[in-house]
Amino acid sequence: MPIINTEPIDPKVYRDMGLNDEEYAEVTKVLGRHPTYTEVGMYAVMWSEHCGYKYSRPILRLFKKYREAIDGAGLENAGVIDIGDGFGIVMKMESHNHPSAVEPFQGAATGIGGILRDIFTMGARPIACLDSLRFGPLDDPRNRYLFEHVVGGIGFYGNCVGVPTVAGEVYFEDCYSGNCLVNAMSVGLMKHEDIAFARASGPGNPVLLVGSRTGRDGIHGATFASVRLDEESEGRKSNVQMGDPFTEKLLIEATLEALKTGHIVGIQDMGAAGITCSTCETAAKAGTGMRIDVRKVPLRETGMSPYEIMLSESQERMLAIVKKGREDDVAAIFKKWGLNAVVIGHVTDDGLVHVYDGDELVAQIPAKSLADEAPMYYLDAEEPAYLAKLQNYDLSSVPEPKDYNEALLKVLAAPSIASKQWVYEQYDHMVQTNTAILPGSDAAVLRIRGTRKAIGIVTDCNGRYCYLDPFVGAKIAVAEAARNLACSGARPAGVTDCLNFGNPEKPEAFWQFKRAVEGLAEACEFFDAPVVSGNVSFYNETPDGSIYPTPVIGMLGVLDDTEKRCSSEFKDAGDVIALISGPPVGPPPVGRGHDVPAQLGLGGSEYLKTVHGIVAGRPPALDMDREKRVHQVVLKAIGKGIIKSAHDCADGGLAVTLAESCILGAVGADVKLTANCAPAAALFAETQSRIVVSVASENLGALREIVDECCVECTILGKTGGNVMRITVNDVEVVSVAVKDLESTWRDAIPSKMALSSS
Amino acid sequence: MKFGVVIFPGSNCDQDAYYAVRDVLKQPVEYIWHQETDVSGFDCVILPGGFSYGDYLRTGAVARFSPVMNAVQEFSDNGGRVLGICNGFQILCEAHLVPGALIPNNTLRFRCKYVNVRAENTTSDYSHKCAKGQVLKIPIAHHGGQYYCDPDTLKALEDNNRVLLRYCDPAGNVTDAANPNGSMNAIAGILNDRGNVAGMMPHPERAIEPILGSADGRFILQSIVERLEGCKV
Repeated sequence: MPIINTEPIDPKVYRDMGLNDEEYAEVTKVLGRHPTYTEVGMYAVMWSEHCGYKYSRPILRLFKKYREAIDGAGLENAGVIDIGDGFGIVMKMESHNHPSAVEPFQGAATGIGGILRDIFTMGARPIACLDSLRFGPLDDPRNRYLFEHVVGGIGFYGNCVGVPTVAGEVYFEDCYSGNCLVNAMSVGLMKHEDIAFARASGPGNPVLLVGSRTGRDGIHGATFASVRLDEESEGRKSNVQMGDPFTEKLLIEATLEALKTGHIVGIQDMGAAGITCSTCETAAKAGTGMRIDVRKVPLRETGMSPYEIMLSESQERMLAIVKKGREDDVAAIFKKWGLNAVVIGHVTDDGLVHVYDGDELVAQIPAKSLADEAPMYYLDAEEPAYLAKLQNYDLSSVPEPKDYNEALLKVLAAPSIASKQWVYEQYDHMVQTNTAILPGSDAAVLRIRGTRKAIGIVTDCNGRYCYLDPFVGAKIAVAEAARNLACSGARPAGVTDCLNFGNPEKPEAFWQFKRAVEGLAEACEFFDAPVVSGNVSFYNETPDGSIYPTPVIGMLGVLDDTEKRCSSEFKDAGDVIALISGPPVGPPPVGRGHDVPAQLGLGGSEYLKTVHGIVAGRPPALDMDREKRVHQVVLKAIGKGIIKSAHDCADGGLAVTLAESCILGAVGADVKLTANCAPAAALFAETQSRIVVSVASENLGALREIVDECCVECTILGKTGGNVMRITVNDVEVVSVAVKDLESTWRDAIPSKMALSSS
Repeated sequence: MKFGVVIFPGSNCDQDAYYAVRDVLKQPVEYIWHQETDVSGFDCVILPGGFSYGDYLRTGAVARFSPVMNAVQEFSDNGGRVLGICNGFQILCEAHLVPGALIPNNTLRFRCKYVNVRAENTTSDYSHKCAKGQVLKIPIAHHGGQYYCDPDTLKALEDNNRVLLRYCDPAGNVTDAANPNGSMNAIAGILNDRGNVAGMMPHPERAIEPILGSADGRFILQSIVERLEGCKV
């Protein structure tokens, strides 16, 4: 009983759903007829950039593991990072930018829910969440409102489901006003043999819909994510889903219990594009088809059309394909946890997704055409005109500050630099009792019970660097993440990414995307941290312009011995403070981004922006080989128990790094710098490949041995002690501030801004 | 001796409490499903932290009506030991097994952090391992942890040495700055009038090993173990 529909769909209808005329023509070609209304909706959402990656796929092939997986056995196995002892880690990061910009609380909450489901559908227990957030300046009440409620939504969801939120980052820049970035990451732990697949294998096997009832929330959320935000976006709140973390918690426990029975042959969560996506993707992966009846779907509203049921993005739902005859056993487990579990159809062998509304066939689509055959576009890339001008900005005209103390306090009070305690105190970061290094250090560390091992996790991206040079900026994101892990005692093991960019149909934005991915791919290979999963978020634009290119990465590291971990605060008075950095001599690195000595690293710095209001210059140069050797020194020194603290030198420069180690350790420091540059550059340049360590003086010799072995440089900066941080540059005292004043400035910056009313 | 850890739908510290008892204290422990109607086979029942039934209503307000709570009531009436941690404390208040209520923090925000609490009553089943005035470093993680009760109840708690723990600074001074949620008299944990039921907002099961930042939670949990063993007072 095939569908014979001779009525063409009104172009206004399919264009509103997000399909262009060529894509509509392609649909009619695939089907051999005009589509039904339900079918147009299904194609529109599956062929959106959000689901179909129609613009990004060609570029993502730059990632080695992605390329191998697509050409080979698929992405699932490739997504598991082996950490030894029979354990694997799965991790993924995803954007919820658009929903959060119009409905921050639910937008952020459902971002957490979605990324958690991605993890436990693979058979892994979620053991950690991280969040990478970006907002406009907090002086604007709208930005305070977004910040307050995004953090609130993350806490609401994450705290309830009992997964600790252990790390992340928050940046504030003008370009994120009106288009905040909410990137949620989750990490799961599994025994290798417990991996579950999103495949609808075995024709005749029943298909179960489990979890929440289906409502009208979130219809066309994926399409919404694939257009620019504008004045009308406020009216799209109905595109935003509502989160129910209580049901998610039950779903986690029920799913992991049900997977243990071995009766589930395939399982996929329902996020973007809901039932449409989960049915066609699981069928396409197994080379099968599926027949479902939307009337069997438990609904929370009356009068829902097949179109609405197929496209609803109601949260906390999963599709499970079960061995024939075992559906009651599996359903019983979900019912024990108080959840729905209803057979809505079965697997077929014809490669088609048949959607019935009772007896009436409303859609009949080749599964692969929806899931795998979204049109692919090779877009033009063109270097943006602003770039040359900004990169060649003459930084030598920037005056020295009148008062370095004041400049330092100003940088410490910049919300991007200041303490994020206001944020992470609102997240339960200790539940599951594995968090061995709490938020606020360089990377979070979680022990793996039953082994000596631990993992380190961190997110990273400096959008300003990427704006000034997406290739170098992306490489620095990887290098800095690896550096944060090294400071905690972990070596890199894998990366997930969340690539936030503007409208890819603009050649300048696509150029930024392409260059950033090239940088990420190169650096991830160099640091032996394959990209195992990822997400692309385009159209991060408002009528005022595009965001900075923001390729956020989440990096996993492994510590072979949990006891050999390190944190960033100075531990005792009287310790030697040393800077581990690249070799002092040797040929200068060549290539783009290196031909100018980067104004000794002031380009793109927080200091330039905060103190002088300048966003210009080239980001600091990066020599990856040098970087890796610095990590090796610190890892070896931590492994041998030689150093007491390690903190990476990054945003804000050396002065900020020292201040943070002083504040967190509640101890002062006396530091003497020798520099061939002005004091501002010595204090605030964000020169890469540097780590500040503290070491008991009797261990200095042992540290030097490791430093020599790895051919890097170790500069003695001074000593810890007292309650004042003093820094001289070339024997002139430039900084002298009581640690308690550094601390109050750094800790109070965000709370005091958030005490102002928000809109 | 056997511990039981109740699993309500939405409990999320059940596995942590179970781990602390079984793997750290090396004591027998079993889970108790919320639909159980008899807990008489246990020696101590722990109501763990979490968000029972989502806590979309008042915290603990739904969980108190689950079947297991009738059994817990009967168990405590017979002198059985019941420890409610965080959401468990909220449920105990709702069930009137301990007096008072836990209302939203005065910050109106969820707070997760290590705090210091001072052991006040140091003779109870839950605290006899502590020295008088001993400061314990134990984390909190809650949105609704502000202890509140009427003046008569407060007086009864104070007069009868039923305040178990009080928020304080690292030196043991009770100050406004050290009170993370605005609790009356900085109360962090209390006992019922018989002393066999205890509720506390701090999570002793989270401060159970040095690797987690503190092992002070053992003073609480080990107190129960030794009292049950009857070997030390």
